[in-house]
Amino acid sequence: MNTHAIRAIYLFEMARTFRTLMQSILSPVISTSLYFVVFGSAIGSRMTEVEGIRYGAFIIPGLTMLSLLNESISNASFGIYMPRFSGTIYEVLSAPISYVEIVCGYVGAAATKSILLGTIILLTARLFVPYHIAHPLWMAAFLVLTSVTFSLFGFMIGLWADGFEKLQIVPMLIVTPLTFLGGSFYSINMLPPFWQRITLVNPVVYLVSGFRWSFYDVSDVSVEISMGMTLVFLVLCLLTVRWLVKSGYRLKT
Amino acid sequence: MQSVISVKNLTKTYASGLKALDNVNLEIRRGEIFALLGPNGAGKTTLISVICGIANPTSGTVLADGHDIVKDFRAARSAIGLVPQELSTDMFETVWATVTFSRGLFGKGKDPAHIEKVLRELSLWDKRDNKIMTLSGGMKRRVLIAKALSHEPRILFLDEPTAGVDVELRRDMWKMVRSLRDTGVTIILTTHYIEEAEQMADRIGVISKGKIILVEEKTALMEKLGKKQLILDVQHPLERVPEALAPYGLERSDDGLQLIFTFHAAHDRSKIAALLRELAELGIDFTDLQTRESSLEDIFVSLVSERS
Ligand SMILES: Nc1ncnc2c1ncn2[C@@H]1O[C@H](COP(=O)(O)OP(=O)(O)OP(=O)(O)O)[C@@H](O)[C@H]1O
Ligand SMILES: [Mg+2]
Repeated sequence: MNTHAIRAIYLFEMARTFRTLMQSILSPVISTSLYFVVFGSAIGSRMTEVEGIRYGAFIIPGLTMLSLLNESISNASFGIYMPRFSGTIYEVLSAPISYVEIVCGYVGAAATKSILLGTIILLTARLFVPYHIAHPLWMAAFLVLTSVTFSLFGFMIGLWADGFEKLQIVPMLIVTPLTFLGGSFYSINMLPPFWQRITLVNPVVYLVSGFRWSFYDVSDVSVEISMGMTLVFLVLCLLTVRWLVKSGYRLKT
Repeated sequence: MQSVISVKNLTKTYASGLKALDNVNLEIRRGEIFALLGPNGAGKTTLISVICGIANPTSGTVLADGHDIVKDFRAARSAIGLVPQELSTDMFETVWATVTFSRGLFGKGKDPAHIEKVLRELSLWDKRDNKIMTLSGGMKRRVLIAKALSHEPRILFLDEPTAGVDVELRRDMWKMVRSLRDTGVTIILTTHYIEEAEQMADRIGVISKGKIILVEEKTALMEKLGKKQLILDVQHPLERVPEALAPYGLERSDDGLQLIFTFHAAHDRSKIAALLRELAELGIDFTDLQTRESSLEDIFVSLVSERS
């Protein structure tokens, strides 16, 4: 195991985050704060409670998830796409480092950023709305697993993309709609029965539901199912990434 | 002598179907400077990319420092430093950060003293805190060299190290290459320029269309390739080459207005002066003179036709 190499990639990627602090941390925090203001205050004043929880507090887990997904994907995809684009990937490919180690370095850094970001968003939310966390360990588990899973997913996109547009297209066309429709802002129990069932094919529903359960003990689907699904996505992403990098997909000619 | 790199029956076909390397066999000796010479698209970069792990071989095997580059890639790649042809750098990083990164990537622990030494040798020490994007092209190339040397490789690949580099830096680079060789590092460099290979290399390999067409000691090759021509434009057309000049083996152009003297750059130099003196004695005035050496292309053409 070339731990020096994993460390080097990890620190390199983290340094990139801190260099672009504005973009990587501050801007998601600001946009999430705006959500709190708009949804929490404006809508929350009309719709006071969902499932017995103040609306402002109800949306916190979903909003955090929303940022977590977007940031994991964009950080990880950018992290591996940039060296491919600039040509500096030659050095990583010529280094005595296995694919597992490459993935650990890049995905580890992207996931760390997301976890940091999720934590900062939760702390910021505290300034707007009082909330409590009923199951902190579960909360942390969902936070970490989601960050890792979607960083892996982002890594795949960064491998697949052959232009900057493609880097944006999956998050924009697939992930954002799924998160908005995934019960971030509402309980899926509020939907008509038919749509409730349709919604269950949306993976984000499980993440949001489980995450929200760890805060308030209420969920759309049982927490075991949520955790199970989260692990399934994680394993799926792991296997896909493994298969992609082993085949040298878009890395080696 | 033991080979430090051993390439056996290596073929590389790109996804496009292009066969960039065609059954290449090549042995690089430990501690030598080997120049790989070839025109654009010959397959030099492809060969280096396969050896360094950037491109997958289609068939054949490569041993680097005794280790198979695929099965035992860690040991093989640890021994190799690569300076690529393209100036690909992390624009926003500082020189120090990027060179330190390279060392870690190659599995070596921190060693600021070594990095400092490398940067000083490459005259980059003053620039260590500068972002790479603020450096000139020549300095960027030196940064790439520093990255390759950061992990103390025993084998160094320099893919066209002197492309776009001014005379002074070129000389510095040659000096650096020699001093590296003196410390036991094997150096493989590619170039388009025969003079560069002549200046630097112990042995020279010539590659064309994915095939190694010859590998020779430099001295032997220079003997073969070091032909030059002196072309004299004479004032009055000559009917034929004067008897007195027969020993020079001169050729006469069809219009009789040019005399062409073919000589060997290394050991026929004194003959030029003698020839010019004799021309003066014979009263043959000339209006212009030029020398010409066979270009790499000419040499390839002659080498390839020689073999077929
Ligand atoms: N990634 C690639 N995909 C397809 N073909 C490629 C690729 N890289 C190189 N080639 C082709 O392979 C052949 C050899 O290219 P290579 O870059 O090895 O040549 P070279 O000897 O390094 O040339 P130069 O002196 O211009 O650097 C060329 O015909 C080139 O077009
Ligand atoms: Mg090349």
